[in-house]
Amino acid sequence: MRLEPIPNPTLGRRLGPPAAALGVTVLFAMALAWVAGADPLAVLGLIVKGAVGSKFALLETLNRATPLIFTGLAVAVAFRAKLWNIGAEAQLYLGAVVTVLLGTGALSWPAPALLPVLGLAAALAGALTLLGPAWAKTRLGVDEVVTTLLLNFIVLLFVSYLLEGPMKDPMGMGWPKSRRLIAEARLPRIVEGLRLHWGFALALIAAVLVWLVQTRTTFGYAMRAVGHNARAARFAGIPVTSVTLATALLSGSLAGLAGFSEVAGLKGNLTLDLSPGFGYTGIIVAMLALLHPLGVVVAALFVAGIFVGADSMSRAAEVPSYIADMLLASALLLVVLALPFTRFRLRWR
Amino acid sequence: MTAGAGARPVVLRVAEVTRRFGDLLANDAITFDLHQGEVVALLGENGAGKTTLMNILFGHYTADAGTVEVFGRPLPPGQPRAALEAGVGMVHQHFTLAENLTVLENIVLGTESLWRPLARQAAARARVERLSRDFGLAVHPDARVGALSVGERQRVEILKALYRDARILILDEPTAVLTPQEAEALFATLRAMVAQGLSVIFISHKMHEVLAISNRVLVLRHGRLVGERATAETGAQELARLMVGADIALPEPRAHSPGAVLLRLSGVKTEPRGRTAGLRGLDLALRAGQITGLAGVSGNGQAALAAVIAGLDAPVEGTLEIAGQVPAAWSPRAAIHAGIGRIPEDRHAEGTIADFTLTENAMLERMAEPPFARAGLIDWAAARRFAERVIADYDVRCPGPDAPIRLLSGGNMQKLILGRALEFGPRIILANQPVRGLDIGAVAYVQRRLIAARDAGAAILLISEDLDEIQAMSDVIHVISEGRLSPPFARGEKTAHELGQWMAGHGFEGADAA
Repeated sequence: MRLEPIPNPTLGRRLGPPAAALGVTVLFAMALAWVAGADPLAVLGLIVKGAVGSKFALLETLNRATPLIFTGLAVAVAFRAKLWNIGAEAQLYLGAVVTVLLGTGALSWPAPALLPVLGLAAALAGALTLLGPAWAKTRLGVDEVVTTLLLNFIVLLFVSYLLEGPMKDPMGMGWPKSRRLIAEARLPRIVEGLRLHWGFALALIAAVLVWLVQTRTTFGYAMRAVGHNARAARFAGIPVTSVTLATALLSGSLAGLAGFSEVAGLKGNLTLDLSPGFGYTGIIVAMLALLHPLGVVVAALFVAGIFVGADSMSRAAEVPSYIADMLLASALLLVVLALPFTRFRLRWR
Repeated sequence: MTAGAGARPVVLRVAEVTRRFGDLLANDAITFDLHQGEVVALLGENGAGKTTLMNILFGHYTADAGTVEVFGRPLPPGQPRAALEAGVGMVHQHFTLAENLTVLENIVLGTESLWRPLARQAAARARVERLSRDFGLAVHPDARVGALSVGERQRVEILKALYRDARILILDEPTAVLTPQEAEALFATLRAMVAQGLSVIFISHKMHEVLAISNRVLVLRHGRLVGERATAETGAQELARLMVGADIALPEPRAHSPGAVLLRLSGVKTEPRGRTAGLRGLDLALRAGQITGLAGVSGNGQAALAAVIAGLDAPVEGTLEIAGQVPAAWSPRAAIHAGIGRIPEDRHAEGTIADFTLTENAMLERMAEPPFARAGLIDWAAARRFAERVIADYDVRCPGPDAPIRLLSGGNMQKLILGRALEFGPRIILANQPVRGLDIGAVAYVQRRLIAARDAGAAILLISEDLDEIQAMSDVIHVISEGRLSPPFARGEKTAHELGQWMAGHGFEGADAA
């Protein structure tokens, strides 16, 4: 048995194996449902229905996809430049902290002035959160996987301290939560009456912008060059260290925007359960999207749909919603396993 | 010779050995015999299938079809251990020695019982000393391998094979890393070995070595055995034709009058990196319209010198001047803008980005500036036009400008690198191993282009470990040894033998440029 490279894979060859992997994932999900004692086809139908079956379901899925698009983009941008940012969770939370700090009355400006400032501040907070590990990587050779991952726990404990102490809502009946944002600091809904906020539109715009930056600008070219072959990039005169730091700033600010969008668009205040692991799920999203910025949108919708659909299904069919986590985990593993087959063919000799 | 060898017993019989890699037929029904006490040379260009064949003999690969017999017994495929036990020893191009162990420990490693590793030290030592005396393989058994020269390491590899009772020794490009003197010593060893009844397969692409050492020559081309000649009955001309399949003349530069000094290094020092030497106060002047060849054994500071000229490193001490000016800052970009065209030593790791297209690779060194980009935005149309021009002008065979460059052969990759460097009319060219690993057609092409650039007035530094190439191409030759530079020698002033002495480090102490 051996792998044989395919010189010039066709589009079908490149998309076929990941699609097959997703198909196997669906079969796996049905098997899980059967083990849980439910009718597999019915469970599948309930998941789909719960994700996109009604206007309410669809809007719920889009809302859930919004932070995943941001964190997915953050991861995709960084991974493309071989900067292993596992810390989108921390960057998201610090973005949210800054949004709350400035948006609960510290700045009492009209919405058109306040919202951009909040967004930029949140992006900056996320960017600076990643800048530290990136600096340590370029200057001291410290592995950013370790530093960004551990920063997640530090930041979460720090936020916990803030919510129990300085940022605690005095009117919060003792709950660890922040005060609510002032009305001018809330992202309005895209269409009045529909539960979908401008954060979703912002996420789509961000995806298109990141795509344009990667494909049309010298900075995007430099990021890709550093990611594919840093030694050749350095030889060709691309300043590898600066590019890595700039990539960190871009990646961190995208994750910071996820925090801004969640607080200002959906929750209105900061609690410790603001993110059920959006930062980590962003890694799955980015990998499923093969690190393509527009693919991130599709992957985020897919992942959000599974979460939302599984929640709704578990209420109806009494199958635990953990099935969503198992589904995503197997989807990721199978897609990663399938990727080599987009470029190689298996030969039994 | 063929007739004489026929009387001796056959020790190795290769029959109809075939091996495919995808669409590539690396070995196509290869059949030959090796007799006791003879040296058979396997000659062929890079990619002709020599190394594949040897890896099949030694059990690293399995053949798709065909058999290998050693001393009349079939060799089970795919088992290096079986090959070793049958008496086949192999010395690879890249040595497989543990640097922190002594010579003796390296030789014995793997032959002793795991439970009592030092049980037969004394006997082993006596055996190694006898082997090294019998075959002229001078090396101290207690020396640490890390401290040995390349030539000595090769002797350890050969001793390792002999210690395991090898009766058939396969040497893969053994002279590639040696000075001419070390190569002579190796040949003496090989002659001693065949005199004692051992047999040798000698893989090479250097004609004069093959003619000097072998009894018989097998020529491989595109995976097929295209010729078998008794060495005494053939010559370089015929072998070259068999190897290439056509007459390809390598260019011979005519003498050229040099101009002003375009690049000058004075007293340049750099830190050593790992095992490779740094520069130790080096003076060098590159003149317009002149190819300066840098000869030397690998790891003697070539990499450090190339890094300084390419802008990757700044001198720790000493100065670098471009056309009489000391540049304010020194970086790869500064070097590119100072008009230095750079051909890196490793075209895969340093010269190109494998997953980038030809277009993206062609613009790599100037991607942020016009005509490729304005205000941070890339003009893909202009980049593509440039790539198309390089592809056409430099005869880059490829599926097109949008194909990833990893699909290209080494020669075509090198032509793209050459084109992207030359297209902007560099005044100074750093050509680091520009033809290593290329087939002879590509070699001729790259060399012609470099000579044309010289005739147009460029100052060229040619770095190579191949002394023949240096002697053929250079107007002036320096030898580098342990980070020091010999005085300049004019074309033809020194023989290969004399240059070899400089390469081995002789002549540097107290020797003025006389």
